Amino acid sequence: MPEKRDMEGIIRHVTEVIIGELKLEDITVGTFNPDMDLVDELGIDSMDLATIALVLQDEYKITIDEDDYPKLKTVRLIAEYIEEKLTGKN
Amino acid sequence: MKTISLLLDSEWYDRYRRIANLNIRSSIYDVTNRCNLRCRGCFFFSSGENHVKEETNIKQWEAFIDKERKRGVNLAILIGGEPTLCMDRVEAFYKRLPSYCATNGLIKIPRDKFPDMMVGISLWGSSEDEKILRGKDTFAISSKNYEGDPYTYYLYTITPKQVGKVESVVKRIVDVGLKVHLQLLSNDEGMEGFSWRPEELRDLRFEMDEMLNQYPRTVISCKYYHETITTGKMMGRTFGWHECPSVTESLDNRQPPVKRLIHFYRWAADLKTVHRCCTSATRDCSICKDGAAHMSWVMVNKRDHLNSTRDLQNWIEVYEMFAKLYRLIPW
Repeated sequence: MPEKRDMEGIIRHVTEVIIGELKLEDITVGTFNPDMDLVDELGIDSMDLATIALVLQDEYKITIDEDDYPKLKTVRLIAEYIEEKLTGKN
Repeated sequence: MKTISLLLDSEWYDRYRRIANLNIRSSIYDVTNRCNLRCRGCFFFSSGENHVKEETNIKQWEAFIDKERKRGVNLAILIGGEPTLCMDRVEAFYKRLPSYCATNGLIKIPRDKFPDMMVGISLWGSSEDEKILRGKDTFAISSKNYEGDPYTYYLYTITPKQVGKVESVVKRIVDVGLKVHLQLLSNDEGMEGFSWRPEELRDLRFEMDEMLNQYPRTVISCKYYHETITTGKMMGRTFGWHECPSVTESLDNRQPPVKRLIHFYRWAADLKTVHRCCTSATRDCSICKDGAAHMSWVMVNKRDHLNSTRDLQNWIEVYEMFAKLYRLIPW
């Protein structure tokens, strides 16, 4: 499991996963805007999201319901979703 | 990093956003093993995919469709055999899921029961070709059944014999107030003279483009689709088993994993058997010309089209074409 489980740490790790899984170039964790719309701006599709979700599920030991994918529109929203799962709010 | 809004102007960006969140989850269902035609070259019969014991209990169909909906399917593509021979099964789908029915058009789907169900009528060319390949001129009947229907279009399967003659067929469709989508025959039964030669495919690509230029209100298509299906190439890659997105999920053991339609299945009419893909498992994928597979191939590879404005516009046009074929966006 990723070491830092505070919101900032989760955002950072989700960003790392997205950059790694999608093999994004010309961008770093530091320059990635966590509020950027992943579909409307980055162009990820549901299969990309499924791939990312699988990695995050494995690493954080949580389940990400496919029905929830449409609301996971930004890195921040994904991080908030994970945090809620980790704290048992969701 | 190239983002969508950097690549597109506002008009194209709006078009992108209209389709980007559709989240289509389609699957294909063989509604019945029976047909009222036996077309030469039909993959369903040539592959023996009709050799399963058909489920006849409508309650079983209803329960199955409910399970499919729970599985996340939001677009049911009904094929066969001829689905309209089992209208109760078609109705069971229509009442539970957004549904599209592929038919030969010989039996009219009653619009009082199915007011807005999308219907695609198969057509294999001119009257003469239809008589040779299908035993009768189906257009004469189907066009009477569906003339002017706003939820119906022709699925015109072009054969090598039709190259240079496509316009005459398109004009007949214009005259009955319907629309048309163009696709290519895959010669599953090895009929002599019906396998594609490179020069025929090259000529056909430009003929398809010309039809789109001349009949933009009738032809539901786009030039990038024409390029992809006639060349079998996309972004320098070649279509085939190692690329096809329309493989039944439970049978897909390809490594490395392929970009594919999520949760896609093709179910046989026994509601238990699954078929390999959206066409015949006996088909050589390297020469498959299936239109849906080729457009899906483009659609699932969106990120590969983020290199340039033109690439992304091409992707958008293919996605829009798909969405129009199922009326997920207006014509």
